[in-house]
This record gives sequence, C-alpha cells and structure tokens, in this order.
Amino acid sequence: MHPPESWGRYPIARQAAVRVAWRRDPLPRVHGTLLPFGQGRSYGDCCLNDGGTLLDTSRLDRFIQFDEQTGVLRCEAGTRIADILDLLVPRGWFVPVVPGTRFVSVGGAIANDIHGKNHFSAGTFGRHVLRLELLRSTGERAVCSPEENPESFAATVAGLGLTGLITWAELQLRRVKGPFIDAETIPFGGLDEFFAVDAESSRKSEYTVAWCDPRPRGVRGLYFRGDHSRREGAAPALREPPGFPLDLPAFVVSGPTTAAFNWAYYALGRSRSGRRQVRYVPFFFPLDAVGRWNRVYGKRGFLQFQCVVKERAAVEALLDRVASSGLSTSLGVLKTFGELPSPGMLSFPRPGVTVALDFPNDGERVFALLDALEAIVAEAGGALYPAKDARMSPRTFAAGYPRAAEFERHVDPAFSSSFWRRVRSA
Amino acid sequence: MTRVLVLGATSAIAQEAARLYAARGAALFLVARNAERLQAIADDLRVRGASVATAVADLDDPAVHEQLLQGASPLDIVLLAHGVLGDAEEVDRDAAAAEAVLRTNLVGPVLLLNCAARVLEEQGRGTIVALSSVAGDRGRASNAVYGASKAGLSAFLSGLRNRLSSAGVRVVTVKPGFVDTPMTARLPKNPLYSSPRRVARDLVRAVDRERDVVYTPWWWRWIMLAVRLLPERIFKRLSL
Repeated sequence: MHPPESWGRYPIARQAAVRVAWRRDPLPRVHGTLLPFGQGRSYGDCCLNDGGTLLDTSRLDRFIQFDEQTGVLRCEAGTRIADILDLLVPRGWFVPVVPGTRFVSVGGAIANDIHGKNHFSAGTFGRHVLRLELLRSTGERAVCSPEENPESFAATVAGLGLTGLITWAELQLRRVKGPFIDAETIPFGGLDEFFAVDAESSRKSEYTVAWCDPRPRGVRGLYFRGDHSRREGAAPALREPPGFPLDLPAFVVSGPTTAAFNWAYYALGRSRSGRRQVRYVPFFFPLDAVGRWNRVYGKRGFLQFQCVVKERAAVEALLDRVASSGLSTSLGVLKTFGELPSPGMLSFPRPGVTVALDFPNDGERVFALLDALEAIVAEAGGALYPAKDARMSPRTFAAGYPRAAEFERHVDPAFSSSFWRRVRSA
Repeated sequence: MTRVLVLGATSAIAQEAARLYAARGAALFLVARNAERLQAIADDLRVRGASVATAVADLDDPAVHEQLLQGASPLDIVLLAHGVLGDAEEVDRDAAAAEAVLRTNLVGPVLLLNCAARVLEEQGRGTIVALSSVAGDRGRASNAVYGASKAGLSAFLSGLRNRLSSAGVRVVTVKPGFVDTPMTARLPKNPLYSSPRRVARDLVRAVDRERDVVYTPWWWRWIMLAVRLLPERIFKRLSL
C-alpha cells in the first residue's frame, strides 16, 4: 500500500494509479498519459510516469489455461513468475527464463525482455512468449505473436509498456524433473580467471553468472553455475519473505559497510565453494530471501548500472574505473550473453559481457561515476539496460538502440513514461 | 474432497480464499452476477487445481437461493462474501440507495444463510463462513447504513451459530478492517489497510481452526474493543 515507486527508489515521481483488475475491461479514461505498472521491480524510471497515470496490474493475475502435455501456459499479464513457479514446479514445469527475482510480473518480463542466467541456451524471455494480447488506447485489441502482427510483437517485447497494455500472454514452459539445481561455486581472482571459467562453463552448464567485487588490486568474485537436477521429488513452496521493516538511514550502506559485506560474502562463498545440490529458489533468487530489501538503502534509494559491451577491454576499463573511484559497489554481477537474437526492437541482451553494479545513491559522487561509466560504454559501442537505468543520456540511448525510431511508430499516443520522455528529449 | 460454495465469487477476498481452497484440490461452486468475470475466476481456479462449477445469479433475489443451495449440495463450506459499501452521502439522502445496501448486505444474506443452514442442518455437518466487518461493531457517521447492515449481519450470524451448534454446523464470523479492494477503491488509503490475500488467509485459517468470530488482521480486535468501550457521550462528538 505504498505509493508506486521503482525498485531503486530513484527518481521520485508523482503520478496517479488506477487498478486494472479484469482483462476485458476497457482502459480507464484519464487526463494525461498511461503506463502499465507490474510489480515495480524495474530500478529506474521506466516503470514510472511522472504527472501521468499508472495502470496497476497487480490484480490482473489470473491463470487462464495450462496444457499439461505441451507446457503452454496462458495467464494474465500481472501474474508473477513466483506464482507460476509455485504452482507448476511441483507438476514438473519451469519458466524458461527467470530474472534475479521471482517477484516480477509476466507483463514486466515481456516489456523489459528480461534475461536470465541461461542466456546462452535460452535467449531472452520474449523468445518463449508464443502470443500476447495488446490493448491499445483506441480500444482495439490485437493478438500479437512472431507470426501474427509480428511488428507489434517485436515492438511490445522490450517495449517498456509503451505500445499499450498487455492483458494476457501465452508462454512456453520447459520440463524439469524437480525443484533442485546441481550447483557449483568457483572463486576467481582477476578477469583472466573469470573468462577462463566462463568459457568452460558456458559450454557445459545451462545457468551461469558471477558475483564480483571490483577492487583496486583487481576484481575478485564467485562464479556460479548450475543445471536442473535429475533428482525428482518435491520441495514445499516457500512462504513469501517478510518485508524489510524500515528504511535504514543513509550511513548504514556506505563505503566501509559495503566493503565489509563484499569481503564477508566472498569469504563465505569461497569457504562453501564446490558442488552442491540446492533448491531453485536460493540458486536463482538469492535476494528474494528478504522482501523489499531495497529499503536497506533508505529513502534516498540506490542506482544500478547495467551495461553490455562486446570487448574485454571495456569490461576492464569499467571495473578499473569503479575500483579507483573510491566508491564501493554494494553488489556487482558479471555475465556473458550468448548469440541467440533477442526478439524485441528495444531488447537489451546482445552478444558480449554484461556488467551490473549497485551503488547507494549518495548524490553527485555517484552521478559523476555513472557518467564516467556511461562514457566508457558509449565509447565501446555498448548499451545500457533501460530496466535498470535512471540517468542515461538520449544520445547513449539512441546509440545503444538503433531501432528506437522504428519502435517509436508503435508507441501508443496515450502511453508514455518518465524514462521515455527522458531518453527521447531533444 | 472439500466442497465449497462461494457466494459473491468475484469479490477480491472471495477470489483469494477460493485460490487457497483450489490449492487443496477442492470442488468449488462459484456464484456471482457478472458472467464474464466469473468465467475468468473459474478458469484461474481450474488451473490451480480445483474442480469448478459456476452459476450466474443475483443473490439479492431470494427466489434463486433454494435452487442454488440444492444444486451445490452436499457442501462442506458455504462462504458468503458479497457486499456493497454504498456511497455514504448518497445513502444518507436517497432511500433507494440505503435500501439497496441493506438488501445486499443484510436481507439477502439472512435469507440465503437461513437457506444454507437448512441444507447443512440436514447433512448434520458443515461450516458457514461470512464476511461481516469491523464497521458492524459500532455505528459511525461516515457509514451508518453500511455499519448497520454489518451489525445486523454479525448479530444474525451469532444467532445462527447459537441455533446450529447442537446440529453440528459451525458458523464463522469474519470481521475484516479496511481492505484494499474494489469496494474501497475510491477511498484514500492509510497504513491500516490490508490486502485481500491476507484477509483470505485469516478466513481460511479461521474455518480450519473452527473459530467463531475472527478479526482480520488480528489487531482489529483490540482497536474495536477500544472503540466499543468509548462512552456514547464522547463517541458522538468524534468525527470517525
């Protein structure tokens, strides 16, 4: 019952919110623009619509049909991935691409064309969307798929909610034996080791990702890889974690504490390195263990920088820049993307290395660092991820998303977002 | 297999409660006025593991009650969830609007639950669980008619429980506080609001544990105790 905010809690936007609870209902008539809002798990402003209205889809969360033979699930767009997994993992089905939190809506997963730890073999979420229904402000409803209205489909996947409201979607799930993952943790020191482990792992493991801590003496981290286990059996659905109870004051997450946390996390991971069998929730969604963990950063919030770059040199430059900045990241992630093409005009994943870094929002110092990082990415011909972004310039956006002009023709005239106005301002 | 009749199945709380029963593989009989919405809910519950039958009916009309109950029986649980808040100002001015609130929240449910009571009494078992409200605990200026309808319903449920206790039929009164549902969509929200999911969880637990009267969330019991204890001399001057 909190006012709508993005996961990073920055920037702050003021807007109305109207709940859409029934998929056959028309869009509400409002002054100003509309933007669909799912679970508010985008970090920056792509889920915000300052001065406009959000279409709250949290109650548009019904299953419509599930075919136990083929694994095709049709559900309303506000359905959360957690709800799908809770229901269908015990029946032997898994969502083919999951992000770092299971508390995202299907509509949000499509609108940001999210990726997971299995990008090499599965590509983005949008590749597993068979069909969706798009409700436009004209009242027109169109079923879109790679075959039917393919242009609207390509615009709506990764379309940041701007092409209209996705009312329902049909997903192709994948079979699993049970809820377990055969996981392995490998500590690494330096980028050479990261790339060596990564080259080996991308061939043999389905899921790969690395946690990293960029330090002046070089990056170190923990490489996680895993596969769905053949072990059958059940695991009770986890209860939803209690929400973090309060907004911590700013000093709690700052240089010394994040450095200490990173040290402890590395030490713990290292001591527990090797193979083990774990349930899928802690493997895919470690941060979900604490609900609303963004409150740890307090009211000022935090910023995530996530980019993709092709060359190793750019990764090195980014990590060096962070390490020498005197600011410490509260969370760093390194991962390589595979070659599978992304279906959306504005899809973020493309071949290369993606780097994600969280920083508490302590104002100008962080902004200056983010500007410097953005410059490195622009120089390297890379792109920043809209779902995580609160600051990129229109120029960086245009350079990273060459199909933006083509996409713009599909934007519903009654829809807009804070992000869109920012990156398309002249 | 637990057989549950859900009256007012498109209500947000009923929907969440039905999901909890669906997860247990229950057989659900859903009744609501809007066929399209009822269908959407039925589909959802089927995917979740329930077997579902539906009936489109206006529960304000006593003529349909008997047939609905007979069609759904035998029954383990009768969940009564429909209700309206009414626009307070309109209700205060307009007799028809006030009467509509009383009919939907009190007259209809009383007749319907009397009907359900006969069916369950004949079976010699079963549970009636009905959504009343903390608003029925004390009348307030802002919703006197709604409060009266819920006070009447709570009193009726108490009498029904008394009457049926020897017949092996249980009656559970659920009194939610403010819930974030379409009913309250137009009202400004405050920290006392809770989610329909939370209320549904408490409701199902109250049925499982054979409780008589539950407040949800639980702390409303103590708030309402304090509200009831205020002398009328003082209470009448408060703007609540």
